[in-house]
Amino acid sequence: MITEELIREHNLSEEEYKRILGILGREPNLVELGIFSAMWSEHCSYKSSRVHLRKFPTTGPRVIQGPGENAGIVDIGDGLAVAFKMESHNHPSFIEPYQGAATGVGGILRDIFTMGARPMASLNSLRFGRLDAPRMKHLVDGVVRGIAGYGNCIGIPTLGGETTFHSGYDGNILVNVMNLGIVPADRIFLGRAEGAGNPVVYVGSKTGRDGIHGATMASEEFAADEANQKRPTVQVGDPFTEKLLMEACLELFQTDAVVGIQDMGAAGLTSSSFEMAGRAGSGVEIDLSKVPVRETGMTPYEIMLSESQERMLLVSRRDRLEEVLAIFRKWELDAVEIGRVTDSGRVVLFFEGRIVADLPAAPLADEAPVYDRPRAAAQAAPRYRWPDEPEPESYAAALRTVLASPNVAEKSWIWTQYDHMVQTNTVERPGGDAAVIRVKGTKKAIAMKSDVNPFFCMFDPYRGGAIAVAEAARSVACTGARPLAITDCLNFGNPEKPEVMAQFEAAVRGITDACRALGTPVVSGNVSFYNETDGRAIPPTPTVGMVGLMEDVASHVRMPFRREGDVVAVLGVTRDELGASEFLRAVRGRDEGPCPDVDLDHEKRLVDLLVTLAEKGVLSSAHDVSDGGLAVALAECAMREGRGAEIALSDGLRRSALLFGESTGRAVVSFAPELEPELREAAKARSIPLAVVGRVGGDRLRISVHGEMLVDEPVAELAHLWRTAFAHAIEAADVL
Amino acid sequence: MKFGIVVFPGSNCDADCHHVATDLLGCQADYIWHHERDLKGADAILLPGGFAYGDYLRAGALARFSPVMESVAAFAKAGGPVLGICNGFQVLLEAGLLPGAMQINRGLRYVCRDVWMRVENPETAFTSLYEEDEIVKMPVGHMEGNYTATPEVLAQLERDGRVVFRYCDAQGRVTDESNPNGATANIAGIRNREGNVVGLMPHPDRCSERLLGNDMGIRMFESVVSALATR
Repeated sequence: MITEELIREHNLSEEEYKRILGILGREPNLVELGIFSAMWSEHCSYKSSRVHLRKFPTTGPRVIQGPGENAGIVDIGDGLAVAFKMESHNHPSFIEPYQGAATGVGGILRDIFTMGARPMASLNSLRFGRLDAPRMKHLVDGVVRGIAGYGNCIGIPTLGGETTFHSGYDGNILVNVMNLGIVPADRIFLGRAEGAGNPVVYVGSKTGRDGIHGATMASEEFAADEANQKRPTVQVGDPFTEKLLMEACLELFQTDAVVGIQDMGAAGLTSSSFEMAGRAGSGVEIDLSKVPVRETGMTPYEIMLSESQERMLLVSRRDRLEEVLAIFRKWELDAVEIGRVTDSGRVVLFFEGRIVADLPAAPLADEAPVYDRPRAAAQAAPRYRWPDEPEPESYAAALRTVLASPNVAEKSWIWTQYDHMVQTNTVERPGGDAAVIRVKGTKKAIAMKSDVNPFFCMFDPYRGGAIAVAEAARSVACTGARPLAITDCLNFGNPEKPEVMAQFEAAVRGITDACRALGTPVVSGNVSFYNETDGRAIPPTPTVGMVGLMEDVASHVRMPFRREGDVVAVLGVTRDELGASEFLRAVRGRDEGPCPDVDLDHEKRLVDLLVTLAEKGVLSSAHDVSDGGLAVALAECAMREGRGAEIALSDGLRRSALLFGESTGRAVVSFAPELEPELREAAKARSIPLAVVGRVGGDRLRISVHGEMLVDEPVAELAHLWRTAFAHAIEAADVL
Repeated sequence: MKFGIVVFPGSNCDADCHHVATDLLGCQADYIWHHERDLKGADAILLPGGFAYGDYLRAGALARFSPVMESVAAFAKAGGPVLGICNGFQVLLEAGLLPGAMQINRGLRYVCRDVWMRVENPETAFTSLYEEDEIVKMPVGHMEGNYTATPEVLAQLERDGRVVFRYCDAQGRVTDESNPNGATANIAGIRNREGNVVGLMPHPDRCSERLLGNDMGIRMFESVVSALATR
């Protein structure tokens, strides 16, 4: 009955099928095979990544919930906690950008409110190919509209994120979405099916034939043109239903009627039922005939593997079922008792009076195969040619080119399409170093930042991973918030290829070392493999989502220069590092390394310095130095509010590296002149080099080195270029 | 003083309005669910932003059939102050409490950003604390804010001074570049003949505290509070 072809179609290896036979002691039926296929897909089982992810530090004094649940939870005091997670929706977004991105947002929101938290803010981390690559403008437009369409309708602000463009993503775009919610620390809900006899309730949208095998699809590579054929595996989102589901669930959590709850995300009813039973060590019996379906004739196989959106599975207290159902009736949502919790340790599925599947819960959820896949040895770095090239003729022209490149140009074309103000907590709007929201009812604020520089990771995934954490922490600290913990979304190629697995292992090691150094544990995350088309993998892209806490929102610091006459200083050291910089790509057309160095101990001390200075209220502005280097960082501080600066540098470095190199561990700050001794003292106490480089003032950005004026440009002109370049690039498209 | 905040299933800014009314102004505020008819003794009604019933058909199109809107219409007819913000404005148009209709923004995209508006006529229940010709900054966030009406209605609105806010630049010039959505005659907000019903696309609820970078919107709420206090 189960043929080799069926096994192959279910993306299971021969070994894995043997393992199934071993667990069951018999041949599975088709429904059971489908369930194994989904649960043991890379997407659900983390079979290739698990051995490496174990290295992450996941605990800490503030960690309430680490990885393994729907989201991670961190204590922020005052009886409150934040729940957050990042997730990918890469494959569906490449196939159908609007729905792919929209349902990505829907999925991450459910992960957050499932835990009892009200979602407060979303970020997204987007990677696209070159704007002139086939379909690319259509993809950019569709993804942005999809994120906007879903987030705006449900009323959760999208506070920006990051967007980069590179040919390495021509065939596989990345859509990583992060959400953070706030939850009373004593009212957290988990995905556990506990208490034999308690009813299992299905809530939300009806089950349709959309998204069947979505999790399996996300665990395969694409071949050219295959994207079109995969369209039926993409789900369709309905944000209004999700809004009802969210409000109903949050109302429900005010009662004590719920035992456990989980979103039906990837692999739908399969993963939610098996994981809830698996975590609790219990079992469940479900009658699939009772599942609300969108069309007649749906089979148990389809019902179990559908990825229809906006659905939840919950376990109610036996004596409180009516109360639960009444709340969903108020919100006009389907809520049906479809089964009950047992203590058998098995998931037993019925359909029209017959048993259609009978499987042990825990082995499927927890004993999925684990692979320590082979890794290629690191290769010697090639000889890079950029050091032999002459310096640019005009540094001002180079600055303009970098400011107008899609990777550096302001992305307001994207974030003005997102409602970033609803809920009236947005203290720092998109475009700042990190998003900042206040926490109503307290003096606190939360800062969030998603970050990774894939160009660094291309040349050195270990350093790239470490720098992603360090840079996210630095950005959060620039706003005045102390970094607390991270979530991650690790996007890579095919893990069965030793060179991809080597990248993955190195990036995870880099993140691990940085998280240990900075004291920011990993509390949730997601892995997305198989981002390959025609055998070409994406650049390693381990996205990090950092969350920080400001005890008093009054200490919030912003990026723009604020006051004429303020002193401008650079914290940290600039080295002769131009490798992997935007300058090399945009001005020289060279995709060359090496990745800059990183000193994690320095990063830790710099973060502490920035937060301390913010808390003392001595900073007028602070801005992380990253993409585009020091010249771009200074320009950004000037352009935001149209205030110029006179900068005199006296470093002996190659000038292009001084202006455009992307050395890590740096920030630009400004402050009142009389505070200079205090700042010097604070920097010295933490061994952070501080160089006073100039003054805020005028309407031009002037940068000289050893007395020679290299940049002397009207700020308004630079700002106009920087603000309009991206819109021009994308609207000039003839193929939207 | 008590505000009644109408809540449709897809309302998003109900809590934002509640925050302004209670935490910032120290007034009472009650939510009124769309199935209810009892306005709970509210002195002023707020129709908040959002996507009332998902708005897949047309913004606000279904909301006008809800039981609560019958009560709101009666309350408005009796002279009670009613403010529709964003989706609330769209609902007021669909319900016929204000004239005209909304089209999709001319850019065919959702737009969320600050805009400038000139106060054309402060003589309403919600704008008495602004000066005529004052230039105010407020954020917008909408997909359908492109106000339109028949030539007769537009002429009448202009003649009767019923245009309350008009999009302009920071200097107060009414220009096409300062119009975020293509609204006819840069109309951002209008009132009924009596001045007790006001609708506008921008969000005063999102700019009512310094912490959020702008408090130019708070006077809309203070206007009605002070008017009711002296009544």
